[in-house]
Amino acid sequence: MEALAIYQRLTDQFGNKILETVTQKLDSFCVVDPSAIVELGQFLRDDPALAMDCLSNQSGVDYKDRIEVVYHLFSYQHRHGAVLKVKLPRENPVVHTLEGIWASANWMEREIFDLLGVTFEGHSDMRRILLPEDWEGFPLRKDFVEPLEYHGISTVRESPIIRLDPKAK
Amino acid sequence: MSTLRTEEMTLNMGPQHPSTHGVLRFVVRADGEVMREAVPDVGYLHRSIEKIAEKVGYHGFMPYTDRVDYVCAMFTNQGWGMACERLANIEVPRRGEYCRVIAAEFNRLASHLLSVGTMAMDIGAMTPFTHAIREREMINDLIEELCGARLTFNYMRIGGVAFDLPPGWREKALAYLDHFDPILEEYNALISFNKIYIERLANVGVITLEEAINYNLVGPNLRACGFKWDVRKDIPYSVYPDFEFDIPVGNGQWGKLGDAMDRYMVRIREMAESSKILRQALRQLPAGPVLAKVARNFKPPAGECQIRVESARGDMGWYVVSDGTGYPWRVHVRTGSFAAMGITQKLSRGLMIADLVTLIASLDVIAPEIDR
Repeated sequence: MEALAIYQRLTDQFGNKILETVTQKLDSFCVVDPSAIVELGQFLRDDPALAMDCLSNQSGVDYKDRIEVVYHLFSYQHRHGAVLKVKLPRENPVVHTLEGIWASANWMEREIFDLLGVTFEGHSDMRRILLPEDWEGFPLRKDFVEPLEYHGISTVRESPIIRLDPKAK
Repeated sequence: MSTLRTEEMTLNMGPQHPSTHGVLRFVVRADGEVMREAVPDVGYLHRSIEKIAEKVGYHGFMPYTDRVDYVCAMFTNQGWGMACERLANIEVPRRGEYCRVIAAEFNRLASHLLSVGTMAMDIGAMTPFTHAIREREMINDLIEELCGARLTFNYMRIGGVAFDLPPGWREKALAYLDHFDPILEEYNALISFNKIYIERLANVGVITLEEAINYNLVGPNLRACGFKWDVRKDIPYSVYPDFEFDIPVGNGQWGKLGDAMDRYMVRIREMAESSKILRQALRQLPAGPVLAKVARNFKPPAGECQIRVESARGDMGWYVVSDGTGYPWRVHVRTGSFAAMGITQKLSRGLMIADLVTLIASLDVIAPEIDR
């Protein structure tokens, strides 16, 4: 099934929960209501015509005024894919987890939580995954400022070229 | 008689454990020799490569992609190149695509050799490792002639590859393949069909196909579950449709379908297929330029796309968002090792501690690819 036909089928099924379908030259996507993500996921996986058995990629993007979580779904059976997005407020981005539908979401959601600060409700293990547990801030946010040090370890280094240059002193 | 007091043990494994393939750590809760659970703790190699992409621009990010997975850097190069080309609608010259495929398949050989070699070493057989590494060195020599680097290649560019094949390289490469095919037989005779080795691998870490898809396992790990799926064949990219090759899948010949032995054998058989592709590519190599004309100040139009590449560790997905400037707005790479690491906690339940090493080796996880 073509991606646009998939979005049409979702719109037929869920009506106003599908906020918009964006058609573009590259990957088209549809923006959905965050509160409906679990039933949508369930439908996408269990509907025999869609049969999205694999959550191939899940990532987050910070757009300065909002944070989007992007789901790349794929069906090995029908060999078609779809892209779903939810838009979340930047202050308190919360969306329900899809871990119960696709197990691969577990780690990918932890990564998004870690790097972008999106909380996934109902997640079994919402901890930082890549960064240390006491890290402050979310690096992939656009307003993230790298701290100068971490536990006394400097994150910046004087350029050795400047140090060797007598004029620099 | 009073009952013996028993208690659960918590063991730390890693991050500097020789068999954890890079720096990764497990916290193992064990009841004697049997694990209750092994909780992976990753992130020791996190360099926030995705954030770096937002700061260095499209061309400047190419050398960084090498570091996403330094064991098969050609594929990360190719993935990044393809994502940018798709964003800006650039067509790679045919010879450029052939050079990419040749470099990438040689890299797949090198990566699989390292994988099967270290797997034998993890299990306790030291000699096969030296054989595998010896072959890998020769491939590294070939790639070094091609692009000057042995590990972090930075060979590809947006729009093609940096250098054409040097004079005489094609003959050298073909001669190497003639040498390599019998080596595979030798390797099989040396270790693959060794009874002790098979017993260590068979029926360990069995993954069913449903689990594999649910956890988004990709590449050899998915194919070992008996599922014939390869991005090169099923979502064809580059010039792969020009070549004839098989997709080896697991068959449960030595134990249950989807066990560590299946994963190992899929890699061994994939090397023979890569060798086939290489022979065809080297023979059919067309003439022409290797690099399309791409602006130095590369600014793809605003938009976003995802592309998938079959790396040595399976389907690698690059998701790139462009806002029309010279710097990508967001880059995300979903790698095979990340997914494979996600399933280890589940698989570790009830496994022997010694088999955890087998499990990690058979999933072929590479720490930088998990952490990025």
